Parts: sequence; structure tokens; C-alpha cells
Amino acid sequence: MATDNKTADTDQLQEFRDNRDLKLQDKKNENLTTLNLGPTHPATHGIFQNILQMDGEVIMDAVPTIGYIHRAFEKIAERRPFYQITPLTDRMNYCSSPINNMGYHMTVEKLLGIEIPKRAQYIRVIMMELARISDHLICNSILGVDSGAFTGFLYVMQEREHIYDIYEEVCGARLTTNMGRIGGMERDLSPKALHLIGEFLKRFPKVWAEFEKMLTRNRIFIDRTVGVGAITAERALSYSFTGPNLRATGVDYDVRVMNPYSSYGDFEFEIPVGAKGDTYDRYLVRNEEVWQSLKIIEQAYKNLPEGSYHADAPHYYLPPKQEVYTSMEALIYHFKIVMGEIDAPKGEVYHSVEGGNGELGFYLVSDGGRTPYRLHFRRPCFIYYQAYTEMIVGGQLADAILTLSSLNVIAGELDA
Amino acid sequence: MELTNENVLGKLIAQFGEENIFDAYDPDGIMTLTTTRENIIALIQYLYDDKDLQVQFLTTMAGIHFPDHKGRELCMMYQLHSLRHNYRLRIKVFVPAEDPVLPTLTNIYAAANWMEREAYDFYGFIFTGHPNLIRILNIEEMEYHPMLKQYPLEDQTREDKIDTYFGR
Repeated sequence: MATDNKTADTDQLQEFRDNRDLKLQDKKNENLTTLNLGPTHPATHGIFQNILQMDGEVIMDAVPTIGYIHRAFEKIAERRPFYQITPLTDRMNYCSSPINNMGYHMTVEKLLGIEIPKRAQYIRVIMMELARISDHLICNSILGVDSGAFTGFLYVMQEREHIYDIYEEVCGARLTTNMGRIGGMERDLSPKALHLIGEFLKRFPKVWAEFEKMLTRNRIFIDRTVGVGAITAERALSYSFTGPNLRATGVDYDVRVMNPYSSYGDFEFEIPVGAKGDTYDRYLVRNEEVWQSLKIIEQAYKNLPEGSYHADAPHYYLPPKQEVYTSMEALIYHFKIVMGEIDAPKGEVYHSVEGGNGELGFYLVSDGGRTPYRLHFRRPCFIYYQAYTEMIVGGQLADAILTLSSLNVIAGELDA
Repeated sequence: MELTNENVLGKLIAQFGEENIFDAYDPDGIMTLTTTRENIIALIQYLYDDKDLQVQFLTTMAGIHFPDHKGRELCMMYQLHSLRHNYRLRIKVFVPAEDPVLPTLTNIYAAANWMEREAYDFYGFIFTGHPNLIRILNIEEMEYHPMLKQYPLEDQTREDKIDTYFGR
């Protein structure tokens, strides 16, 4: 099998290379300039390359190359016990890692059939919405930087630090959080964490209103973004866009509403949609989503139910450390979980959450062993970034930079 | 028509026949059915065009390798979503490892382009008619398809790799 395939592959590869070289040769004859945008370029905000064919300032063709930080998470996940996979998910969309962590936990819980207490679900909602705010905040403020407004970025970056302070209080880490456990949260929200969230809810709306005031009706910003990098709803759906980028084209698909998870059905919020699917619409949709996320956090914070912060699932949820030293049962479970000796049931599940960039899905096939048989991540960035070529061709180089930053392509999620 | 798994399955079997739609089951609320590679494009096109179903969103594609299933080692999973009715379904196609050829889906969904390149890169699926079937995340010079089960992860205790900077 191997040898046959290899020759077929090599022939095919050679053919594609020849074709590509021919194409580039043709383009050279037309006096076009080749420009490498990336792999490391301050405006790409991550490591990926675009080889552009330029006619003056106008982009005629683009060939994206990705995979510079591919870390084979899907392969590694096939050799790790379930609880050791959470840190891998952190490193996908590192701007909103709690959403990845909890999406993964919910997938495994679905496989195991564990019911999560309301309090744990509400804590998850608070953390996921904080993560969404920090994700959108980065994207929109960077969009400001790329169009020449640095002030807003530094101003709201401070608020991201406050969000990270909350993460730190809840789980001990700031960027790659590994927050929560399969079965709930690893600890309850401490009084300090509750205080920090309360403070954030009081302080942040003013900051965000000011940020909006700086950009939304700014003449220069409007000139740079309206009509730039537009995509129609039909093309966006064909490219399987999800999240704010799809909603900017006018399609109101949001996993939180379509397939509510983790008690999202309990909260009142709206899905903002755009009309033209251009950079300005994407900016507006993200801005409004920040307000909606604040609304959700406020509701969850006020109505935080009493009860346990984790499910009663001793086979999968680590017992408290003090019990490990005093109770035989807890010691056995602790040992079995840490050594990865717990077998998951056979099954096949798909679970998706609304990540910062769209539908973040986990497709998990279990053969009844200690590790997943197959774990596939549906990474929204990877799927929508292929439309980038179509969105920038015919436009100017400076517009391509803005389109890229308004798509919020996170290299970690792109390459997994 | 209300879309339930039974309704949709009945409709698909009426259209394509029991020999082409088989092994249907429901592992997690999403109906999973198996078809043959001759029928996959017609089936997805039918789901796309049908007025009652309107399954017009390709959520994801994933390859799976079952080295123990002789003659049907490689599985391609297509997960589709009808945004109109909020109905999801999953379609699987099994192909033998020595002949991992499938027709391309890029004529229906533009998003299938990179998903198929990923499946080619990691599992060695060949998609006939694909506009640009080259590796996407791994280097082009790679000579194997790393997600196949016969390739283990690197041994963590290996000693032949001397790296003075990291002390291993």
C-alpha cells in the first residue's frame, strides 16, 4: 500500500509544483510584482504567509500558506488520557482559551453522560463570556491599530489585564488557562473572584463606550473599513463561515441560541447581525457582542445559583486533595484518574460551542479505552481563512491588512 | 415536514435505496448513516437541493482510520447542518486503505477545499477533481500521512536525538 501511494503522491506533487511554477512564470511576464506578506510580519498577528501578486498597489492573486505552528494536537490527543487533553485546547484560540477548555469538557461530559449542576454551568457561562469579551476586545482594538489608531488598543488592553486577573483568581493561570475540569470547575468562585467580576462589570462599560466613541463614527476609520473585504451571505455560507464573520453578512446563526449548552437558554440576549459583511460590519457586530456578553455576565452574576460547583462523578472528577490523604476511596480514585486508568464508554459525540471566532466543534470517537480513538477539532479559523484570497483579490494591499485583522485569524487555531 | 431522524432516513432510503443508505444509528442525537463513494456526491447534492431538508451547511469533515476493518480501513465523516431547520446529520464513507479515492465536494461547498486538503495531508485520501490537492499543514516533502494509526508518537525516552540546548 505504502509504496504505491507514495509514487502517486510524488507524481501529483510534482505536477502541482510544475503548474504552480508555470503560473508564476506567466504572471512574471505580465510585469506583476511578487510580494511576501509574512510569515512573520507585524500586521499578520501570527505566523502565516501570503504570497501576493501585485499590480502596483492592487492585489491580483494570493496564495496562502499555513501550518507554521502546526503542533499535531489531533495526533497527540490520541495518546493522552482525557484530562490531559485540556491543556492542548488552550493553545488553539489563545485569546479565549476558557471557551476551548469548557467546550472540550462539555464534549467529554456528553460522552460520559454526566449532568452538571446549575452553579457550575453559570460559572462556566461567566468565564466563557469574559473570554469572548477579551477575544473581541483584542480583535477590534488591533483593527484600530492597523488603521492607524494606537491609543484605543492600549486603553482597552488594560481591561484585558483585568479579565486575566479574574482568570488568575479562578484557575491560577492567565493566558493558557486549563480552566475547569471534566465534570465542572476545579474550585468554587472565591469571594475575591466575585469581587473582581463585580468591579469589572462596573468599570468596563464606560471604557468600552469610550472605545466605541473613538472609532465607530470616526471619519478616517469609516473610510478605511466600509466596503473593504466584503463577502456575501451566500459565499460566506458556502465557505462555512460561523461566528461574528458570518453574522456580519446578515445570517443570525449563533450556537448559543441554535443549540443552547451550559444553560444559555436561561439568559436574555440578542444576536447582532450586520448587512454587508465588510470590515466595518464585522467591527460593529463584535462591538455589539461585547455589550451582549456583558448583559449575560450580569444576569449570571446576579442569579448565581447555590449548590455544588462540580458534578458528582467520582470516576472522572478528581477528589479534593485533603480527602486523598484521609479517605481510601478518594485515594483510589485519585490514583486511577491521575494515572489515566479510567476507561471511557464507547461512543461518538459531536459538541460545539460558540467560540470567539465561531462554531468551535469537537468530534470525539471513543472505542472504550483510556484515550480518545479520534478527536477532531472543528476550528472556525481554519475553515473561514480559505475565503481570504477571494476577499482581498482586486483590493489594495492596505485593505488586505485590515481584512485580515477584522477576520480575527488566530494562528494557533488555524494550525492546531 | 418535521425533520426527525426517522423521517429523514425514510426519505433518503426512498430516494437512494437500502443498498446505498445503510448502518444508520444515532450515537448522540445526530443521525449517522453510511453510504458508498459512488453515491456520496449525489446524496449531499440531494440534501442540498431538497426543499424540505435544505441541508446547506458543511460543518466539518474528518478522516478516521480503523486498521482492523479489513477492506474498509479508512472512513471519511461529513457532518452537515440544515441552518433552516437546525437539523444536523453525519454521513460516513468507508474506503479500503490501498484505494483511498473519493470524489471531491468542492463543487458544492467551497469550504470543502481545505478540509479535503487536510484529509489528504493527514490520511492520504485522494479527492478526484479537487482543484489543488497538496499538503496543507505539514511540509510538502513529507512521505507519509501522519494520522494513520501505524505511525506512533515519538518515544519520549529516546536517546538518539542529542540536543545540547534542551539537555536531552
